[in-house]
Parts: sequence; structure tokens; C-alpha cells
Amino acid sequence: MRRRQIGWIFAGPALLVIAVFFALPVAAGLALSLTDFDLYALADLSTLRFVGIDNYLHLLHTPLFWQALFNTFYFVAVGVPVSIGLSLGAALLLDSKFARFHSFFRTAMFAPVVTTVVAVAVIWRYLLHTRYGLINQALDALGISPVDWLGNPHWSMPAIILFAAWKNFGYNMIILLAALQAIPRDLYEAARVDGAGTFARLRHITLPMLTPTLVMVGILTVSGYFQLFAEPYVMTQGGPLRSTVSALYFMYEEGFRWWNLGNASAVAFLLFVVIFAATWVLTRFDRDRSQGGEAR
Amino acid sequence: MQRRRALRRIGLGVGAIGASIGTSIGLSGCTRRADPRGPLAFWAMGREAEVVAELLPPFRQRYPGIEVRIQQMPWTAAHEKLLTAYAGDALPDLCQLGNTWIPEFTALDALEPLDERIAGSSVKRDDYFSGILETNLMPAHDGRDVLRGLPWYVDTRLLYYRTDLLRAAGHTRAPQSWAEWRDAMAAIVRRAGDGQHFGALLPLNEPEPLLALAFQQGDVLADGATRGAFSREPFRRAIGFYAELFHSGLAPLMTNTQVSNVWDEFARGMFSFYISGPWNIGEFRRRLPASAQGNWATAPLPGPNGPGVSTAGGSSLALFRSSARKDAAWKLIEFLSETTTMQRFHALTGNLPPRRSAWNDPRLASDAPSRAFAEQLERVRPAPKIPEWERIFQEMQATAERVVRRTQGIEAATVQLDAWVDALLEKRRWLLERHAARGAR
Repeated sequence: MRRRQIGWIFAGPALLVIAVFFALPVAAGLALSLTDFDLYALADLSTLRFVGIDNYLHLLHTPLFWQALFNTFYFVAVGVPVSIGLSLGAALLLDSKFARFHSFFRTAMFAPVVTTVVAVAVIWRYLLHTRYGLINQALDALGISPVDWLGNPHWSMPAIILFAAWKNFGYNMIILLAALQAIPRDLYEAARVDGAGTFARLRHITLPMLTPTLVMVGILTVSGYFQLFAEPYVMTQGGPLRSTVSALYFMYEEGFRWWNLGNASAVAFLLFVVIFAATWVLTRFDRDRSQGGEAR
Repeated sequence: MQRRRALRRIGLGVGAIGASIGTSIGLSGCTRRADPRGPLAFWAMGREAEVVAELLPPFRQRYPGIEVRIQQMPWTAAHEKLLTAYAGDALPDLCQLGNTWIPEFTALDALEPLDERIAGSSVKRDDYFSGILETNLMPAHDGRDVLRGLPWYVDTRLLYYRTDLLRAAGHTRAPQSWAEWRDAMAAIVRRAGDGQHFGALLPLNEPEPLLALAFQQGDVLADGATRGAFSREPFRRAIGFYAELFHSGLAPLMTNTQVSNVWDEFARGMFSFYISGPWNIGEFRRRLPASAQGNWATAPLPGPNGPGVSTAGGSSLALFRSSARKDAAWKLIEFLSETTTMQRFHALTGNLPPRRSAWNDPRLASDAPSRAFAEQLERVRPAPKIPEWERIFQEMQATAERVVRRTQGIEAATVQLDAWVDALLEKRRWLLERHAARGAR
């Protein structure tokens, strides 16, 4: 009994913070999503009406909402593998015993993570410029005609993915590098004695040993990438032809451009459900893998 | 997408929403604004914010006691910033307000009525172009119009055209009617005959040209702006004419981001007519090559049968009700609205003044491209005065794009648009009914 009380005393401050800054706003948001809070309600609260799940039904009939979801899934489905692949590649290079200037490259590749999105987005807009951008000039040198990166609806999302992957890969790289360095060296030595080549060692030792870290990195990246907002906000404002409107950008427009906070809260909750489902699937994947490994 | 913040994003979003309710319910008195002797907070946007300080020295001489602090906002963020400032009770004393935003801030009851102030002022109300002043007159519940801002500079759309190509195609004057305009475009396209030259550039993501054509035919909203009138005859005639220009190859299927450089293409003759606003007078002078400088002119918009109306846009100066320094703020609005200040403002920015007397300035009176605007300004119509208009405006163009790209017929598209508008305006109808019921009681 005493022990339990002491436990509550220690956990109390943290629980209080979570209640005030997380549980309460989430409950308020859920309540808001069941109302038609809008500009009129902002002016005069007596015009606020309870509408039940109408906001949700309305969203399901809004084509732009589906397009925003599609754009978000596109970004996640392509962006997450590209981003983690880059991180893994960079981590393997840094971990290699042939690499020189470890700390310099580690810092250089981590640098984009700690820069401000808005500042680097401005620089990337120059890089991606159709006529004067370095990227198109490089393509031109290879004989490829210039691409209107941010003006063409087919290329705008790839450009955003490229930018996001560059901006974020350093963070996962650091985590993966730490995991790589934690793999016992004698495993590699034993494998080499058994005659395993570089590729076989990567496939049968490095990757299995990294799996828990990769899943963790995957969950963080997926939940982060679902919340795409700053990149399209700064670089394209959702255009061209709504091709870079993400779910969060759509929510922002509903809430702060048209001031339909009821609708915006409903978007937030639907996005929450989507992210929750996606991460749940990923954690299941992790559990199956580890159980399978033990059985083998 | 910094990872640290990623997980909290939703929480933050919801929290912000919760906080905005909190502020609108609870914190009404903000002490920062209570000091009536502090400096005036004046928020302005874009280029106007950059030059307005240059207009102020005479104001400082006249009123040494009034200090003005100008806050510059980018146009892209101004609307959100103002609404957030309203929710957080942090509005400035006065502000530059796009005049399509006035209905919104009137619905919030954030704007001070100016009728009495202007009646006792040297600024003459009758001197304003009536269609432009009309954008600042908001109907109150008792049906009277209340002046909620003063126009600062105007924006309307009219024709920029290539005089040489029009003449070569056998037309000696700017088109006055839709039929004449269509004939002129067809003649120009026929003469070039290569599929690379078009009559007009009407970018598919710009809604203003279609709205101007629609205004020439009648109303776009019905029943006191509580329902859409897009599926009725007037709008159908306008969208029919508009879509026909694309379908018969007189206008290219393009958005303005697909045209790499409007001025280059205009000089090259890719199109001979372009519907645009006053800022392009300066741009045309600056950006067209010398060889094309003598070959362009502006003309009022053609209508179904003779010169037609166009849209009434621009920015106004508005005084917020929450201000503790309304008298000082009004003095600044009055100063900025004086004929001579407006003329200097035009010299600095090229913005066209909303007062007829300001047009006596020889720089404006003798400037041919500007004269067409003065003529058009006598025939302008304000957009429907409801907070939802901006959204309807965007949806109207999205509908038009579907018609132009032939993914939907005019009838189905306009019926669908009306259904969407009716659903959007449901709350407005409910509010009006509620108000009527209360009045009857």
C-alpha cells in the first residue's frame, strides 16, 4: 500500500503534465470535432452547434481530403524507404573500417537535421529552380532537359521527397550507426572464419542484428512523415494543382484559412487513426520477426 | 518534420484549437492596448508596407504627438495572422485589409463603423468610385449599410491587348462586346494559322476573369446570398462563353505556372488579349522588350452587348473596434486618404487611387493605360459580401476548370456547384432564420 502511494507520488508530476498538456487538449479537440466551430462561433459562441459525426461524414465526401490522404501516403510510401535507405547506407559507410575522417562526415551528414526547415527550404527552392537551379544545370550537363520541379504536378512531390529525405536522413543515420557499433565484432570474425564474404556478413549478421533498431526507426519515420507540413507550406503552398497538399496541410487550411475548426479537428482525428494503424502494423511486424527468430 | 516535434504535432494542433476557444471565451481584456498614448500599431502588406513609411513625414509634422509603428506582413500569411490576432485579442489599431476580407471581419464585429467619422471629415465620401466604396459598405441587421473601411487603392480587371496584331487581323478598335471580341480572336488565330498563337490567355487557375464575365450577366448568389445561383441562366451564359473560348482553340488550356513568362509570350504574340489588373501596367513597361512597347494598350472589358462591368477589388484601410486610440488612428486613415497623399502613393507604387479627384494628377490623367482603368472603375461590381465568398470563388474556378477540360458538362457542373454552395451556406441561413425569429419575438 505504502509502496503504491510512493509510486503515485513519483509518477504524479509527469502524469499531471500529460493530463494538462496532452489528455485535455486531445479531449477538447475530440469535442470540437463534433461541433461546427467556425468563424461565426468565434464571433459569438452562442452560434456553436453540436453536429455529431457530420464533420467526419462531410470529410469522406470531400475529394480534396482524399487527394490529401493520397498525397500523404505517396510521400510516406516513397519517402520512408528512400530516407531510411539513405540513413542505412550512410551509417554503413561511416562504420566501415576503410572510412576516413569519421567525425567530420558524421557531423556534416547530421548538419541538415539541426538546420531550420524554412531556411533550407528557401535554399532548396534555388537549387530546384527551373532555369537557374544547380540541379537542372547538372541534369543539363548530362543531356537531360530541365525539369520544372516545383511547377509541374508530377514532379512536385518527388522534389518534396528529395528535400525531406536529405533533411532527415542524418537523424536515423546516427541511431543506426550506434546500433551498428553495438554489434559484437566476434560475430563477424566467426563468420569470416566460416568463409562468409562481405555481402553474406551484411545479409546474415548486420541486418538481423539491426532489425529491432530498423523497426524503431521505421515507426518514428512513418509517424513523422505522415505529418508532412512545413515542406509544402514553405516550398509550394500545396500546389501545383493541389499535388502537394498533405493531410496536415489540408487541416491547416480548413482550420486557419477557412477557420472551420470543427472540420479541422475531425481531420486531425482521422489522421491520428491512420498513423495509429500504420504504427500498429509496424510493431506487429517487429513482434512476428522476433518470435520467428526465436523459434528458428 | 523534425522528429522531436513530430509526435507532438497532433497534440499541438489540437492544443492550438483548444487554446483559441479558451481565448475567445475567457481572456477579453488585454492590458497592452489599454494605454491610449502609446504608438499606433498599423499593419500593412507587401509593397504597400514598404513604402508607407515614406508617406508619413508630413503626418508627423502635422501631429507630432502621434507615433506610428508599421508592421509588415507578407500577403500569403496576412489573412491567417489577422484572424489569429482576433482570436488572441491582439489586433492592431488600424490595418490594410483586402476588401474581400471586410465581410469576414464584419461578421466578427471587429471593425469600427466609419460613417460618422467620414461625415465630419475633409475626405469626401462622394469622391470615391461608387462601385469601389460599395465593397466597404456592409449591410447591418436592420438593413442599413454601414461603412466598415475606406478604400486605399483599387484593383479591377480589364483587357491588355496587342494593338498591332488586332489591326493586322482587320480590327481597328478594341472589342466592345463579346461577339466582337470573339470575332477579333478568331481572326487573329486564323491569320497565324499555326496552332501556336491564341486569342487570349485566361489562366485556368485565375478565377477573376470568369467572375467578371459572370457579373456582366447577373448574380452568382441568390436569396440574400444564402444560396448559389450558378445553375441559373446568367452564370450558365457566362461559363458557356468562357468554356467556348477554350473549346474552339481561342484560349490555351494552361495555368499561370505553365506559362513560363507571360510578358515574353505576350511580346512573342502567343496571345493577343490578357485580362489583368493595374499592377501589370508597370510590369508591361518594365518587362516587354523595346520592340513591343508601342504595340500594346489597355481597354475596358467587353460585355455581352457593349462595354461591361468588371470586379471591384483592392485594399482598404480599416479601424479595429478593439483599438484604444481610435481618434489618432482615424487621423492616420484620413491623412492616407487625402488626394495629395494618394497621388504620392501612386507615384511610389503604381497603385491606382479610389478617389476621382486624385485622378486629376497629370501623371494619371495623361497616362493612356491608366485611363482605361478610370473608365472601367465607373463600371465595377463588388463580390458578394459574405465571409464564405473567398471559398466559393475558388470552388467556382475549380468547377470551371472541369468544364473547360471537358470532364463535366456545364449543366452537371453548375448543379453540383450550387449543391456545394448551398451546403456551405447552411449555417448562414440558420443564423438569418434565428435572427429573424428573435426579431419577431
